[in-house]
Amino acid sequence: METVATAVEREPRTYLNVDHTLKSWLLTEDHKRIGILYLIVITIFFAIGGLFAALIRIELTTPAGDLVESSVYNRLFTGHGIIMVFFFLIPSIPASLGNFLIPLMIGAKDVAFPKLNLLSWYLYVIGGSMALTAIIYGGIDTGWTFYVPFSTGYASGMVMLTLVGIFINGFSSILTGLNFMVTIHRMRAPGMTWFRLPLFIWSLYSTSLIQVLATPVVAVTLLLAALERGLHIGIFDPALGGDPVLFQHLFWFYSHPAVYIMILPAMGVTSEIISTFSKKEPFGYSFIALSSLAIAVFGFIVWGHHLFVSSQSVYAGMVFSILSYLVAIPSAIKVFNWVSTMYKGSVELTTPMLYGIGFIGLFTIGGLTGLFLASMGMDVHLTDTYFVIAHFHYIMVGGAIMGFMGGLHFWWPKITGKLYSETWARLSAIIIFLGFNLTFFPQFILGYMGMPRRYHVYAPEFQVFNVLSSAGASVLGLGYALPLVYFLWSIFFGKKAPANPWGATGLEWQIQSPPLPENFEITPVITEAPYHYAPSEEVVHVG
Amino acid sequence: MEQKSIQFFPEQASTIAHSVDGLYLYLVLVTAFFSILIATLIVIFAVKYRRRADTPTPKAVHGGLWLEITWSVIPLGLSMVMFAWGASIFFTESRPPADSMEIYVTGKQWMWKIQHMEGQREINELHIPVNRDIKLTMTSEDVIHDFYVPAFRTKSDVLPGRYTTEWFHATKTGAYHIFCAEYCGTKHSGMIGTVYVMEPQQFDAWLSGGGGTGTLAQKGEALFSQLGCVTCHQATADVKGRCPNLHGIWGRPQQLTTGASVTVDAGYVSESILNPSAKIVAGYENIMPTFSGLVTAEGVTELVEYVKSIGPAPGAPGSAPAPAAKGAPAAKGAPAAKGAPAAKAAPAATVKP
Repeated sequence: METVATAVEREPRTYLNVDHTLKSWLLTEDHKRIGILYLIVITIFFAIGGLFAALIRIELTTPAGDLVESSVYNRLFTGHGIIMVFFFLIPSIPASLGNFLIPLMIGAKDVAFPKLNLLSWYLYVIGGSMALTAIIYGGIDTGWTFYVPFSTGYASGMVMLTLVGIFINGFSSILTGLNFMVTIHRMRAPGMTWFRLPLFIWSLYSTSLIQVLATPVVAVTLLLAALERGLHIGIFDPALGGDPVLFQHLFWFYSHPAVYIMILPAMGVTSEIISTFSKKEPFGYSFIALSSLAIAVFGFIVWGHHLFVSSQSVYAGMVFSILSYLVAIPSAIKVFNWVSTMYKGSVELTTPMLYGIGFIGLFTIGGLTGLFLASMGMDVHLTDTYFVIAHFHYIMVGGAIMGFMGGLHFWWPKITGKLYSETWARLSAIIIFLGFNLTFFPQFILGYMGMPRRYHVYAPEFQVFNVLSSAGASVLGLGYALPLVYFLWSIFFGKKAPANPWGATGLEWQIQSPPLPENFEITPVITEAPYHYAPSEEVVHVG
Repeated sequence: MEQKSIQFFPEQASTIAHSVDGLYLYLVLVTAFFSILIATLIVIFAVKYRRRADTPTPKAVHGGLWLEITWSVIPLGLSMVMFAWGASIFFTESRPPADSMEIYVTGKQWMWKIQHMEGQREINELHIPVNRDIKLTMTSEDVIHDFYVPAFRTKSDVLPGRYTTEWFHATKTGAYHIFCAEYCGTKHSGMIGTVYVMEPQQFDAWLSGGGGTGTLAQKGEALFSQLGCVTCHQATADVKGRCPNLHGIWGRPQQLTTGASVTVDAGYVSESILNPSAKIVAGYENIMPTFSGLVTAEGVTELVEYVKSIGPAPGAPGSAPAPAAKGAPAAKGAPAAKGAPAAKAAPAATVKP
């Protein structure tokens, strides 16, 4: 009798409890465990990058350079940029949530190349450790953009080690993209047609396309910069017969699409969240799906808008300007469709939904201020000022990180099998939203007033808005610290999560939380569209 | 500039500043409208359609193609206005008026060095007259810098190894910030200065005080013989030397050994001094040594002005037709956009006694 009772109460087999050894984690080929490995490391990088940002904001509360010296300040913003862009934002959603969810959402047992998936994580950790070592011991002061000839001939510090670290990390990104593309092409369950794919999958497919095609370019460019610094080969430095503007073209050929690597997955998360918590299929599913692809493709041909004042020809500038406006249209389509999804829905303001609508608001401001910078005459005044800083933080923090946080809260019950405190989580979502706006909105004004970016010491008339921004940053810091606490709390003390706490229709919600190691007991057969909330005969047509 | 009250805009002190602020207003209005529209709809929908205990599963709402087209085409139209308006301002910004007053700027970690045609030099200060077109021809001695005057709403990168230009027409006397806007190393935020916009009479008084060492072209001539350029390059008409004769060469095309042709402008002269073997004029040997390291960027500027002053100016009677407005060296892939100094009457005409 007693043994039977124990057997009944024993926890069901999950991917988490099959094996508890450290080795079983470090040598795992399970996409879900690899997703968690990524989640742990990107969280560490986010914390370090955030610490650098905190020091920057403290320094900027006064116009004088009184907290640190200029050489240290320059190392702080360089470290902040490199860590956040290459080692947090780029891998954030795809490598953690994407890894965890792609096979679950398409009805597969794993990704196409599980060993390659683990290799990607190791490359990321190795590259990240090298860059972090360089940034902490000695530091580098090139800015995350590595503009030549400064980075190749003038910068001090461990530039070489950083470049090699980013180069190695690039392979992680390429392999992850490749793995996801093959998985989405080849591993879909029977009946999972392209237009039955969840929108999150569409966004990750577009992201992978960029990762595979653009990353090699930045890898080669940074390798050339490293060779120029070490061997003086004369590609970029005019003193060696090179062309410094060539570097900028090559760098932005990757680094502009890289912005879409960061934002597209967050758009995918938002599509899932808005639909789930409006209990309605996304308005304009195919427009949202295809606009992701359009953004990925157009994103490759707008890099020249970073070079309007770099002596690029007027006519090249005009082409890049008009293309930059065209890439904005698919984003506008997405925003209108998300808002329309809420129309006549059954809206529930859960934590993920707060992040979802927060994303729409902040991404809208980030995207619209991009229109200022795509306008050439306007950009001449605004480029390299705090306006640009504010704009891309609205996209990358207001957009990508809000999406990441939203996704994490949305799928946390599925990933851990535990529920977090909804009260604390909603509170922190609101704190983050308010703190974010207080931090970055004043920077738009600073930018128009003419405060250049990367300034350690600044003119006194800029102080008021800098103080506001630093005040906002402390609120934002609190907002980011809270989830760390209640997420950890939920792992140990949280209530058990049911299989489908949100009443969502996605395939990943139809299996147990946390999932089995092999995801599905039997391969599912898909017979319906992904968001079947209402019976299909009850459809209202507008337009 | 040193006001204590809270400011939201920089001073509006140039003709371009007026146009840029007009465009800014349009952009702010359009983007504020859409931001408020989206935010309002989200709030209304979140409140009106909030889930209650008895809310049934909502019906699916399918959109039509025309709706998607509408909300694509309207933003597209509005953004094309932004494009055209911005491009037209940029066009103006990148075409300095022909009769602009020319000033040379050299960026260097971490200072701005200014050379006036009349020979005046300044560091981190730029004195200019109000209501006059001013054209800066700029280069860098080391890394990339950027000459930014927020009150004029204009900036341009300053690159090593080539010349870029920037022009403005100040409309208000006063003192305005110069910032380096391209990150250039440790003291980047200290690479700042002040533009002093003065009444013309005051400016003339300033210009005639303290100088007296000759115009840029005269300094260039002295340097020309000091460096021994004169042993190979002739400066009088119709004398053949071991290297190309410089008489009246400014603004004219030169046939190269490669078969290509290059117009003699600041970029080409500078390149010929610092990297002489890059382009060899047809009929001559590659014998000139580099003067890189022997002559400063400011010295190169003086030599450029000297070469410009030798012989008749292009367009003058007897000179060949000259496509003067061509840009920096063609091989560098930076065509006309940031033209190197355009043809101009010999600077001697404006020399102060």
